[in-house]
Amino acid sequence: MADDAVLKRTGLYDLHIELGAKMVPFAGWEMPVQYPMGVLKEHLHCRAQAGLFDVSHMGQVILPASAAKALEELVPVDVTGLGEGRQRYAMFTNAEGGILDDLMVANRGDHLFLVVNAACAEADIRHLEDYLEGVCVIHNRALLALQGPAAETALARLVPAVAGMRFMDVQTHGWNGAELWISRSGYTGEDGYEISLPSDRAEEFARELLEMDEVAAIGLGARDSLRLEAGLCLYGHDIDTSTTPIEAGLNWAIQKRRRAEGGFHGAERILRELAEGPGRLRMGLRPEGRAPMREGVDIYAEAEGGAPIGQVTSGGFGPSIEAPMAMAYLPADLSEGTTVYGEVRGKRLPARIVPMPFHPHSYKR
Amino acid sequence: MKFTEEHEWLRVEGDLVLVGITDHASEQLGDVVFVELPELETQVAKGDEICVIESVKAASDILAPVDGEIVEVNEALADNPGLVNEDPLGAAWFFKMKVEDMSQLDGFMSEDEYKDFIG
Repeated sequence: MADDAVLKRTGLYDLHIELGAKMVPFAGWEMPVQYPMGVLKEHLHCRAQAGLFDVSHMGQVILPASAAKALEELVPVDVTGLGEGRQRYAMFTNAEGGILDDLMVANRGDHLFLVVNAACAEADIRHLEDYLEGVCVIHNRALLALQGPAAETALARLVPAVAGMRFMDVQTHGWNGAELWISRSGYTGEDGYEISLPSDRAEEFARELLEMDEVAAIGLGARDSLRLEAGLCLYGHDIDTSTTPIEAGLNWAIQKRRRAEGGFHGAERILRELAEGPGRLRMGLRPEGRAPMREGVDIYAEAEGGAPIGQVTSGGFGPSIEAPMAMAYLPADLSEGTTVYGEVRGKRLPARIVPMPFHPHSYKR
Repeated sequence: MKFTEEHEWLRVEGDLVLVGITDHASEQLGDVVFVELPELETQVAKGDEICVIESVKAASDILAPVDGEIVEVNEALADNPGLVNEDPLGAAWFFKMKVEDMSQLDGFMSEDEYKDFIG
């Protein structure tokens, strides 16, 4: 999108400005990248207490429950077997097994509720409409995420029933006459909730949360460092049409029945990689020292010479682990503990292959 | 104290010049997480990229503001890069240069001129 194109604003725009947010263009939206607290402190606040994120730029889509079978053609995930009141991570795949987008699918009884990435939303919707009937795009609901160890305490003050939810549960609850679609999930590795609610009630709801001592507004900057520490993929960086779910290490998202039956776009390659193993894999790197290895840094097997064996897809500094961290696609036969070298400003710096997440998850299972 | 258009400050101490970045620059960078200091006892020329600052957002270079020799670096920044945000004009100096020709500093801005410069 061109810089001078008109950027869309979420229902919380005025609140972000009032809170002193630094706004940036993101996937066609004007979004808060950080508040006066700053990325580092926002990150640590979310891990210690609770962070409120405006993620209203993400696409919200409803499908009739009867579309579950047809949707299974587009995702390698078990949708028909997803219980009512449950949510599941999924990805749209193409015929070559590449990833078109990653998404959440919730079974809300008489319908399925999908949340897709803002940058992919238009293409996703066209893709859905090409294959199934009754695609309904939601334009009048905001989406908030409340994440962190105090998220339950904070949200339960407004909606007591959320305390009883488990990770990936979805429920509908009323709040002062507004209908909230709540899931116990998120993108930080922390316990927490994602809440879809009418756009015209979002500011009022956010203010109620922000008035609580535990809750602070968190921008996209900290959202990125939180998800990276949690080892979670960012579409367009760590996964895209050139990576398969198996190369990305997302095997866990493909349930047994789908592995046995196939019948989804890219099944040939994806099932073959499941059986034989992929040639390369998304791996975690912990650079020695403090210098971050950012996206695009070439990775080498040796300290000198040779051709690159991979490239960093996401990298930065982890405020909670107090160290740099990165993800890269590397030859699948490299084992954890192996030292590789990232070329930063002309110097090859050592980095160790480590398991992800970099910071442990604390989901309420 | 003198200020450059690259948002560095310079303070003269005898025949040495201390160099750091301004509070405006530190705010723009965001939280600093890594500082790569210049090598000691190297001759540098004005405009050389001699130091790297990595913030949570991106990497930025610090340029040598004048010709001279690096005679001291602030090792405290290696252990505690956050000093750059906490005290950019004081404890977070980056390096000291031995400068033969102090007239090189003549063209730099005063504090008031720098404030006008950043608006």
